[in-house]
Amino acid sequence: MASAEPARKNSPPTPIHSHALDNLRYIRETMERAGAFTAVPGWGGVAMGGTALAAAGLASHAKSPAMWMTWWIGEAVLAIAIGIFAMWRKADSAGLALWSAPARKFAFSFVPPLLAGALLTVVLFKVGPTSAIPGMWLLLYGTGVMAGGAFSIPLVPVMGACFLADGALALLTPFSLADFWLGLGFGGLHIVYGAIIARRYGG
Amino acid sequence: MAKQSALKAGSKFPTPSPAPVKQTIPDFDRLIHERMRLGIVSALVANRSLTFNELKDLLESTDGNLSVHARKLEEAGYIACTKSFAGRMPRTEYTLTSEGRKALEKYVNHMEALIGVMKKTGENA
Repeated sequence: MASAEPARKNSPPTPIHSHALDNLRYIRETMERAGAFTAVPGWGGVAMGGTALAAAGLASHAKSPAMWMTWWIGEAVLAIAIGIFAMWRKADSAGLALWSAPARKFAFSFVPPLLAGALLTVVLFKVGPTSAIPGMWLLLYGTGVMAGGAFSIPLVPVMGACFLADGALALLTPFSLADFWLGLGFGGLHIVYGAIIARRYGG
Repeated sequence: MAKQSALKAGSKFPTPSPAPVKQTIPDFDRLIHERMRLGIVSALVANRSLTFNELKDLLESTDGNLSVHARKLEEAGYIACTKSFAGRMPRTEYTLTSEGRKALEKYVNHMEALIGVMKKTGENA
């Protein structure tokens, strides 16, 4: 005896665009309830890619390893800020909370590899083979994206896998190519996948 | 009893139109526009495949309602359905086809275009 009758709206006609907003919100909510993290930023990814390309250009002309590191760490901080802002905006525009259950799963999978990367960067820069750092960054970022992407749209793990491949190439080739691989990954992959996500999934 | 209620329904309540009409929106994928069907497609975008019961719980639907709408989507080629057995229990599993994915993309783009147009006209007014 469950009453399956949907609430019928007898209110005066609402403007079409609020219907459209409502429909988009419904799509996102359903995806979230189906366990997907939908606030992956598309345009935010493109912006992160743009700043990474700039960083790659600047870092490749760096006079010292310390200067090189400064460019890339600056880029990382900037990209994280852009990413968080873009995710917040995307969730907010759909009227959804950013900190949903799928978002928590995404964060708990995505953040640990990044923390590991930050620590290893400090250690490797001080004592270890510095030339392994770019490949390590790409590999760990790819690991995070793949793991977190398991809770998002299927395109995200694919992007993670591309980062892994890029990281492997960076590790296997001379350090002089590091900025190329970093630019290709943090720049190119972010822009390409960001644009696809933005087009397909709204923003 | 049944007759009475049928009579009652006939006289007092004119047949209710099942869905509110929106003629203002041209070339519109009505197949996917319906709430339950939009829900099915959205849920399948997020998951590679979902069983009938998973979809039913997720969309808070009934067996009858879900199967009617799932069949419509299946006939349109938007979703694919595989039937198997899990032990003795029949198990129906749905996946989204590439046509279904495209249809949802088109629908989302359409909605965003509408919002964009409305925002502009709203600003001018």
